[in-house]
Formats: sequence, C-alpha cells, structure tokens
Amino acid sequence: MFEWILSALILVGAFFTLVGSIGLYKLPDFFMRLHGPTKATTLGVGALLIASALYFSFNTDQISLHEVLITIFLFITAPVSAHLMAKAAIHIKLKQVKRTQNIIK
Amino acid sequence: MSAFFTKLFPHPILTLALWGVWLLLNNTVGAGHIVLGLILAISIPFLTSGFWPEKNRIRAPFALLKYAGVVLWDILVANMAVAKLILGHNKDLRPGFFYVDLDIQTPIGISLLANTISLTPGTVSCDLTEDRSRLLVHALHIEDIPAAVKEIKERYEAPLNKIFTVC
Repeated sequence: MFEWILSALILVGAFFTLVGSIGLYKLPDFFMRLHGPTKATTLGVGALLIASALYFSFNTDQISLHEVLITIFLFITAPVSAHLMAKAAIHIKLKQVKRTQNIIK
Repeated sequence: MSAFFTKLFPHPILTLALWGVWLLLNNTVGAGHIVLGLILAISIPFLTSGFWPEKNRIRAPFALLKYAGVVLWDILVANMAVAKLILGHNKDLRPGFFYVDLDIQTPIGISLLANTISLTPGTVSCDLTEDRSRLLVHALHIEDIPAAVKEIKERYEAPLNKIFTVC
C-alpha cells in the first residue's frame, strides 16, 4: 500500500515536470514560456520531494525533513528568477505575441 | 530588560528561521545541533543587524499560517490549470500584461505578494515601478483583467497587508 502511494506521488511529480518542459518547448513567446517552469515544476518537484521525505522517514530510523528545506528554497528562488528574467526581457524589448493584451513597449 | 532583549535579538523572526533551517539542514534534532544552531541563530542576526535597517513584525501569526494554507492550495489548483492550458492549443491562449496598484508598502510584503503571484494561477510578476506603487504582471491566459486584479488584491494583498507592519 505504502509503495502505491509513493509510486503515485512520483508519477504525479514526473507528469507535472514533463508538462513544465513541454510548455517551455511549445509556447510561442518568452513571457508565456516563463509560466511552464515557474509553476508546473513547483508541484512536480514538490510531489517528488514529499515522496522522498516519506520514503526515508519510514524506511530508516530517523525522520527525514530536509526535503522541506529544498521546497522552501525552490518556492523562494523560482519566482525571483522568473521576475528578473521577465524584467530583463522587457528591458531588451523581446518580441511579444501579437494578441498579447496591453503590450508593454 | 526589553531594550536588552531587542539588542540581543534584533530580528527574532530571523533568529527562529535560522535555527529551523540549521536543524533541517542537518536533518537531526540532536542536542549538539540544537545548541550549535542556537549559537549561530543568535550571533548571525546580531552581527549583521546593520544590514537590515527596517524591522519587520508579524502582527498576526495565525493569519500568516492561514495565508500559507491558501497559497499552497492555490499552487495545487494553479498547476492543474496551467497544465491544462499548456497541453491545449496555443492559439486559444490570450496572454496579457496588467498592472496591480499596490496598497501594501512594506518591502517584505511586496516581495511576498510578487512571489505569490508568480506561484499561483497563470500569472508571473514582471516588474515593480520605481516608486513601489504598481506591480506589472503577465498572465498566460486572461479574459477579465479587472476581475483578476480584484482577486489578487482581495485574496493575497489584503491578508499580507494585515500581517506585516514596520515597527
């Protein structure tokens, strides 16, 4: 039963990480591409880390919680790097898809 | 007594956070690491307090917990929504930029708000105007801009404004 839960978590994690990468590949402009990695990966990596914490907590003597730390670092760094990249992209006037509303010049 | 306390712990929250991070990094709650972590957690804010001019205070710790819960739930929902958008057709997407007028003024509050916007449904914060009054946000797919602004203000900004205060 325990292994089923772990497998489900790992599969969910892998699925969302894959979706994030697909987004990075197929979306038309830079700003839209940013959305894939910032979001799809938080849940993807989050699920993988929960699986890791559960596995090592139940299969070894001690509780393993430093995965929580990885999650926190990820939640802090992913939006910050996205923000900086977007700011830089606006500054060098990267192309935006024509149907973008309120195009920033 | 209280002046002494403020001098010894210029940033109580930072002290607690450092202590927690140290114990998590070592993945243990052994007595040695509790003491060592406590020494580091007290000395680092004490030695670096010159670099942190403004002092933040959490006015409502339970509101912060509730906020964290709301954000975690929204991240879950955001991931489903964004996954669906990404796997759909590109030409159905209506991306757009919009500005959110900020009421919140503390730097920590603004950073947390920008952070939250980037983690939740289809939006990434892109730029903050120099006077810190407006935040530029890019949305992957947006139909009703005023409604989105209203939701951000009510759902995230209002509680953050309540939680953080400069003292």
